[in-house]
Order: sequence, then structure tokens, then C-alpha cells
Amino acid sequence: MEFLLEPLEYEFFRRALLAALLVGASGGMIGVYVVLRGMSYVGHGLSHAAIGGAVVGFTLNLNFYAGAFAMGLLAVLAINKITQNNKIKLDAAIGIVTTAMFALGVAIVSKLRNFKQNFEAALFGNILGITDHDLMVIGLVTTITLVTMFFSYRALLFSTFDNEAARVFGIKTESVQFLFSLLLTFSVIASLNVIGVTMVAATLIAPAMTARMLTDSFSKMIIYSTLIGSITGVIGMYLSYVFNVASGTTIVLFSALLFSLSLLAKPIHSLSINLRR
Amino acid sequence: MQATSLFNVQLSAAVQLSNVVAGYEQNVVFSDLSLDIAAGQFAGIVGPTACGKTTLLKIILGIHPVISGKIQLHNNPISQVKPGTVGYVPQLGSVDWNFPVTVEEVIAMGLYTNGRILPWLSKEERKNVHDLAHRLGVEGCLQQHIIDISGGQRQRVFLARALISNPKLLILDEPTSGVDIKTQHEVLHLLSDLNREGMTILLTTHDLNAVASHLPWVICFNRGVVAQGQPHDIFTNEILTQTYGGDIVIVKYEGHLLIANSTPLHFRDEKH
Repeated sequence: MEFLLEPLEYEFFRRALLAALLVGASGGMIGVYVVLRGMSYVGHGLSHAAIGGAVVGFTLNLNFYAGAFAMGLLAVLAINKITQNNKIKLDAAIGIVTTAMFALGVAIVSKLRNFKQNFEAALFGNILGITDHDLMVIGLVTTITLVTMFFSYRALLFSTFDNEAARVFGIKTESVQFLFSLLLTFSVIASLNVIGVTMVAATLIAPAMTARMLTDSFSKMIIYSTLIGSITGVIGMYLSYVFNVASGTTIVLFSALLFSLSLLAKPIHSLSINLRR
Repeated sequence: MQATSLFNVQLSAAVQLSNVVAGYEQNVVFSDLSLDIAAGQFAGIVGPTACGKTTLLKIILGIHPVISGKIQLHNNPISQVKPGTVGYVPQLGSVDWNFPVTVEEVIAMGLYTNGRILPWLSKEERKNVHDLAHRLGVEGCLQQHIIDISGGQRQRVFLARALISNPKLLILDEPTSGVDIKTQHEVLHLLSDLNREGMTILLTTHDLNAVASHLPWVICFNRGVVAQGQPHDIFTNEILTQTYGGDIVIVKYEGHLLIANSTPLHFRDEKH
């Protein structure tokens, strides 16, 4: 018990823990749609575009989040525009748009030595790097994401499952898609300091994949994924403290472990049924 | 504005297309198409692959833009039609069967038009889902994943999703494809019952025999209406050849029409 309580004495850890819990919950919920809409690569791409934007913002003396959000939004709009005519597929558009934005950030970093420290923290996540300001942004983004997704549940589910029929039933699927992309951009950017650019995609996808292995019901998958995301964030943050490694890596490794265990869920369930017979 | 039904009663048009031109980018699929579907009609659209059947359904559903022309549903411009007035059952082949969704969740999607924004079903909504599922014979599998039910049940589940908003017009894209003959008959009988209750039904199919035996009205389509009427009048060698451009054999047997899509190969060999 002492092992669990000891790190809570430090303010930086309490802040990091709360941030990981919130980021895990919103990532877990939004990740369900990311996986089911076949947009797994979008989270990865957006995080790269956002870091490019953060660097550009830094050079222009702007706030980290303002630059990241501006570039993330620009990436979403550019990707939507490029894929509109169906000639270029989503993965290709993400590849060119977000990598170019990331490359712009890297080019600026290589010129500005004083940004290097922050840049590495943004790549892999930093337990020490979460400020009150970060926590406020994460809290705000998580609240907006969870509330919006709660009230858009029916439209999001229908348009994710059957986009064409959803339009027949009066759902403005293009607006739903844009709203979803906006929430995803918010979530990715809010996660950057906790998880790190290189790890964000896995934290969006892994809880949803684990939840998928546990249920065939959509509503249950959303609940499971949100819970798994939160738990993974908290345990991953403890592991980061204990082993003194970047928080993004421990959260992702723990997510991967849970997913591996979930693969065993079905065989174990079948075995227990057979043994009871 | 008026159209003729099976019983030659003058009815108002459920669907009215006037001089419609539609297509994709440079490719015009059909031009100057005018077509009326009478309210209360049960009509099947038949025609070869890529003849524009699905495009026709999509413009009636309002999910594909027209280049020019006018479309009205129950005398209202399509842009003013209230969601839920038209029910739609997509081709089952286009459904992602691995999507994590239960039968109940699929049927409940059709309740979107209620305007309720809370994620869970109200008591009344749940009752509606259960009553409709009971009527269509899928009540026993409401909590099952969609991949775990039979082909006939799958068709009924998607029919239930379309029916739960009480539409006046039901549109089905190839409801007879990919299911066995027994299921085909069950689905068509069910549609026939709904039609008798007053619902206008429009479907596309490749199965001419199913149309001949179950549907009162057929529209032969190939980038435009080739002919329309009762199957016994329309399924002639001339019209079907004009529609499909191929070798079609029609056999009349004890009041039934049997249609084969070509002369069997061994018959051809014997001719040579």
C-alpha cells in the first residue's frame, strides 16, 4: 500500500496521474470510433502535424497548444479536401500532409537548439513536464470530448456503421465527420505532453482493440474502452515513476500487455464453458 | 401527377421523377428520365449490372445529387422530405458484419429520427424495438451479434431498422441477393404483407423469377425505363432482350413465368 501512496506525496506526480487518467479516458472513448472508422493512422499523423505546429508556434512566440491546434486543424482540413474526390485514399493523404508538417517542425528544431529539450519531451512524454496549465487544457479537452460524444452517440454510431443509410435517416454525415476530426485533434494535442507524439496513436487504438476482444456490443465497447484507457493511464504513470522511464512508453507497453491478455479472453471463456459441462 | 396501380385505380405518385439527369463526374448514367411510382405500389426494378439501378435508388433517397431535373416524394420536393418518411434497406453485401453491434443496436439506429439525444433507449423506444422484432421474428436474437444470425434474420433486422420510423415508402437494394430460395420467399412475402397494409415498396433485383412470382409491378431499366407494367405483360423476349441485350428464354408453365438468362450450352452445341 505504501508503494502506491508514496508517489502521491509529490505534487508533480498527482498532476501527472490526473492528466494520465483524463487523457486515457478521452483517448479510450474516441479510440473506439478511430478503430471502427479505419482511421488508426490519423491519430499517428495528427500528433506529428501537431508537434510541427507547436514548433512553428514556438518560433512565433505563440502558446504550445495554439500552434499545435492550428496545425492539427489545418491537417484535418487538408486531408478532408484531398480525399474528397475519392482519387486519393485517406492513408496516402495522411502520409503526405502530416509528415510534411512534422518535417517542418524538425527543420526548425535543427536550427533552434534551445527547443531541443522540450521537443524530446513532446516525442516520448514526460512525467515531470505536466504543468497546471497543461492539466487545465487536458481537463477542458476531456470534458468537451466526453460531453460531445455522449450527446452525439446515436449519430456517431449510425454514421460509423453505415454512412449511407445514416444520410437517409437525416444524419449530416459530413458534419459528424468534421466534428469527430475536431475532437480527435483536441484529444491528440492534449495528450502530447503526457504520452508523446510517437506514442499517441497506440494509446488511442489499444484500449479500443482490447475492448473489442471482450465484447460484441457497441455500447459495452465504449464503456470498456473508456475504463481500460483510464486504468492504463494510471498504471502506466505509476510504472513510469517506478522505473524512471518516459511516461508514454510505460502507458503504451501496459496497453499492449492488456491487449495481449484480451486475446486470451475468448479461449479461456470457451475452456471454462467446456469444463463446466 | 397520377399513376396507374395494379388494379388500375388512379393513385397519387409516391415517387415522381421529371426529366432527371444524373451521373458521376463526366459519366452521365441516365438523362431525361421521367418516372412515376404510384403510392401503394410494390415495384421491382430489374436490369443488367451497371445499368443505373443503384444510382436511381440513391437519387430517390436523396443521397446522390442530380445534374438537373426534379424529384418529388409524395408531392414534396426531396429536400423537404422529413427524415424517416423513407425507409432504406441496403445491400447486405455492403454491411461490415464484424462491426461490434448487436441486433437490438442495429434496429435502434432507425430511431434516430425521433430526435432523442441520450445514448440509451427510452422505455417506449425499447418497447417499439421489441414489438417490431417480435413481428419480424427476430425477437429471440436481439442481444446477439449481427454475425451470429442467419441470412434471413439479417435481412429482417435491416428491414426492422428501416420500418421502425414508420416510413411511407420503403426502398430496398437487392434484398434477394445472397440468400437462399426459402429466405427469398420469406422476405418477399413479408414485403407483400407490408404493401397490403399500404406501404409503397420499391426494390432492385437481379432475380427475374422472384419478380415474376411475387411482385405486381416491374420496371425494366437500362440507363432509362425500357418498359414497365405487370410481369406477365412485361417479361417478353423482346423487352428483356432490349433490357439485357442478351439471349433470354421465357417459359410459361401453368400460369407461372420461368425466365432463364441464356440458352443452355448443350442446346447451343446441338444447334451447331
